[in-house]
Amino acid sequence: MPGFELSFTARNVLTGAVLLGISGGVMGCFALLRRQALLGDALAHAALPGICIAYLLTGAKTPLPLFLGALAAGLLGALVILAAVRWSRLQQDAAMGIVLSVFFGLGIVLLTYIQRLPLGNQSGLDKYLFGQAATLTPEDVRVMAILSAVVLVTLALFYKELKLLTFDADYGASLGLPMRRLEILLTLLLVVVVVVGLQTVGVVLIVATVVTPAAAARQWTDRLGVMLLLAAAIGAGAGVVGALLSASIARLPTGPVIVLATSAVLVASLFFAPRRGYLWAVLRDRRVENRIRRENLLKDLYRVAEDRGGAWRDLVAWPLLMGLRGQSSRRLSRSARPLQRRGLLERSGDAVRLTPEGHRQAAEVVRKHRLWELYLTHRLELPSDHVHRDAEAMEHALTTEAVEDLDARLGYPEQDPHGRPIPRPELRTTAGSLP
Amino acid sequence: MSPTLVIMIVGSLVAGSCALVGSFLVLRKMALMGDAISHSVLPGIVIAFFLTGDRAPLAMVLGAGALGVLTVFLVEMFHRSGRLKEDASIGVVFPALFSIGVILISRYAAQVDLDLDCVLYGEIAYAPWDLLLWGDRSFGPKALWVTGAVFVLNLILVLVLYKELKISTFDPELAASLGFSPVLLHYVLMSAVSVTVVGSFESVGAILVVAMLVVPPATAFLLTDRLSRMLVLAVILGVVCAVGGYGLARWWDCSIAGAMATLAGGLFAVALIFSPRYGALSKVLTHRRMARRLAGRLLLLHLDERGEPLAPDTLLRRFGWGKRRLESVIRPLTRAGWVDRGTGGLRLTAAGAELLEETGGEELAHRLGRESA
Repeated sequence: MPGFELSFTARNVLTGAVLLGISGGVMGCFALLRRQALLGDALAHAALPGICIAYLLTGAKTPLPLFLGALAAGLLGALVILAAVRWSRLQQDAAMGIVLSVFFGLGIVLLTYIQRLPLGNQSGLDKYLFGQAATLTPEDVRVMAILSAVVLVTLALFYKELKLLTFDADYGASLGLPMRRLEILLTLLLVVVVVVGLQTVGVVLIVATVVTPAAAARQWTDRLGVMLLLAAAIGAGAGVVGALLSASIARLPTGPVIVLATSAVLVASLFFAPRRGYLWAVLRDRRVENRIRRENLLKDLYRVAEDRGGAWRDLVAWPLLMGLRGQSSRRLSRSARPLQRRGLLERSGDAVRLTPEGHRQAAEVVRKHRLWELYLTHRLELPSDHVHRDAEAMEHALTTEAVEDLDARLGYPEQDPHGRPIPRPELRTTAGSLP
Repeated sequence: MSPTLVIMIVGSLVAGSCALVGSFLVLRKMALMGDAISHSVLPGIVIAFFLTGDRAPLAMVLGAGALGVLTVFLVEMFHRSGRLKEDASIGVVFPALFSIGVILISRYAAQVDLDLDCVLYGEIAYAPWDLLLWGDRSFGPKALWVTGAVFVLNLILVLVLYKELKISTFDPELAASLGFSPVLLHYVLMSAVSVTVVGSFESVGAILVVAMLVVPPATAFLLTDRLSRMLVLAVILGVVCAVGGYGLARWWDCSIAGAMATLAGGLFAVALIFSPRYGALSKVLTHRRMARRLAGRLLLLHLDERGEPLAPDTLLRRFGWGKRRLESVIRPLTRAGWVDRGTGGLRLTAAGAELLEETGGEELAHRLGRESA
């Protein structure tokens, strides 16, 4: 690559790829949210007979008639899908599969028919199918730009209505909006984008330029507006990467590089996106797990003290604690150290004990456990030997408000089903005065 | 064996294999899995080709099969993580894998004899001449053996696991509670789909496989409510498409696979419109009959309430109907003798009043309630 001077072809490809990235990304958001991710795939295949018929009618490979032919066939395919779902008991996936394969099969029939015509110059129809970005002419790019602009402007004009269609079509209908017509409008826009993209990335990969940026954007936000902008940015960025890489490395096709770049963004989003990402989920799980361990340790100390007649300032031997849950010394230390740091636990040599604040929090956990056990035996009439396991889980999940409510509903009981006392939060006030 | 016969048999075997597994795909709402797998296996084929250096069928089937299972695994993983819906998972996975395959081919195609067309767009017309050779002996067309083996495998699968597949398709929870894992069955079925796709498309092309996986089963689904009948019907329809499609292709002088897919589409369209129970026509007719019946009852009720003959113009105004609509509502009522047209307009007869007495008020109110709900 000579510096950053791009060749004429490469500039065309770059412009085309960015246009497609933006319009595909934006339309993809709607397709994704409406659970029609694969509609783009079906429509791209359905466009083939339209291209062939347009060619048969005009006898020339000028972009506009072929575009219109593809558009018409794609729209017809979309309407067939809508009709088949509405008028038969077929599901959307089957309707899409049928339109995809039958229209494409018909296209192949027409294609082989055309190849037998004595017209000549018919090779190259397939570039509309399998995507050869390098064959994009300035005129192609101009048509792409105009159509993309039309799509984006229409989306902006009908943004509120289409948003309603996507999230709550019934509500929209009750407001008197023409939901079916809006649905057809949205499908038409998708057909336009798909047809625009055919020549750049091809019939197989077009679905990824529509779905993947939207799927990646979805991981970062719950707001449609933000999602649209993100998807457009991801699509455009992948377009730039695809165009530049394929321009600078020999025999590297543009479409697949665009798709892989978008897929890389998707994988990164799935891992790192805040709140929804795998990484965050793992961290969150670990945090919860650690809290459960700490609460269990507090509870164990409380129970030991209870067995010793309530002497919770006495030291408890380390090996005894290890034995209670069969934990290794290291694992127990991992729970004990943060408790020490927070001043809930004191360690002296090979033994530990609760601080007053630690004792208060331990009592809180035990209280949740025992109230829940009581609730299960009283209200659900479970036998008392069946409730411990459930309470083991609930003691970490119940909020303070829920516990107070539970306490009130049970009539402020004194004892759990096993006859052990239920600690009261009054301990908080007495805790300071205890030795 | 004549080439014509070979093509028809190969086409029928492919159609049969596809119908058997495709029926379950359609019922499980995963019809597009076949399309996805037929594309995502590309890198598997390419890698197998690089490793073995020639086009050994077994290596290619293994490579493609591995990628098929990988596809299913990835789709399941994304889907189960709750971060992507199932259709979106399919839509992101197969283009990515296909892209890897295309890049591999275009980077190294110069060194090896492999191109996209011959991998994905196999042509059934060449099937009779691609012979299976063992040493110097020929065992007839290769496609016959491969597609035959796939058909037998699928048949055995469906026969042996019929009950399990049936229950896990219609009621996964029941299947799980009966002790066979829906997830395992899902993978078994998807592996069968992979094998079918891979075994078939080298001989007949990807598009025919995708069509045969979806269209005949969906057509059969419109015609029957019994799984066993649906399977048999789908196989028969597939065979009809294969044989008839070949005839069409000879007639039009065009792509055989394309003609088979087109014929399948034609049969589907016929079923979609004319299926006795689930066709669009019967749905429209039933709907219209119900609407007219309801309109008739409303008219009777209205006449009863008014207690006097009403002129057609009055009725037109009250109900907001067109003249023809009103006529179509009145005609069956006069024929049944529930109303008659006197000089003062339409009048409820004694028989009509009796009818309302018997069935009228409450039933109608009930129906209206249901209609609006």
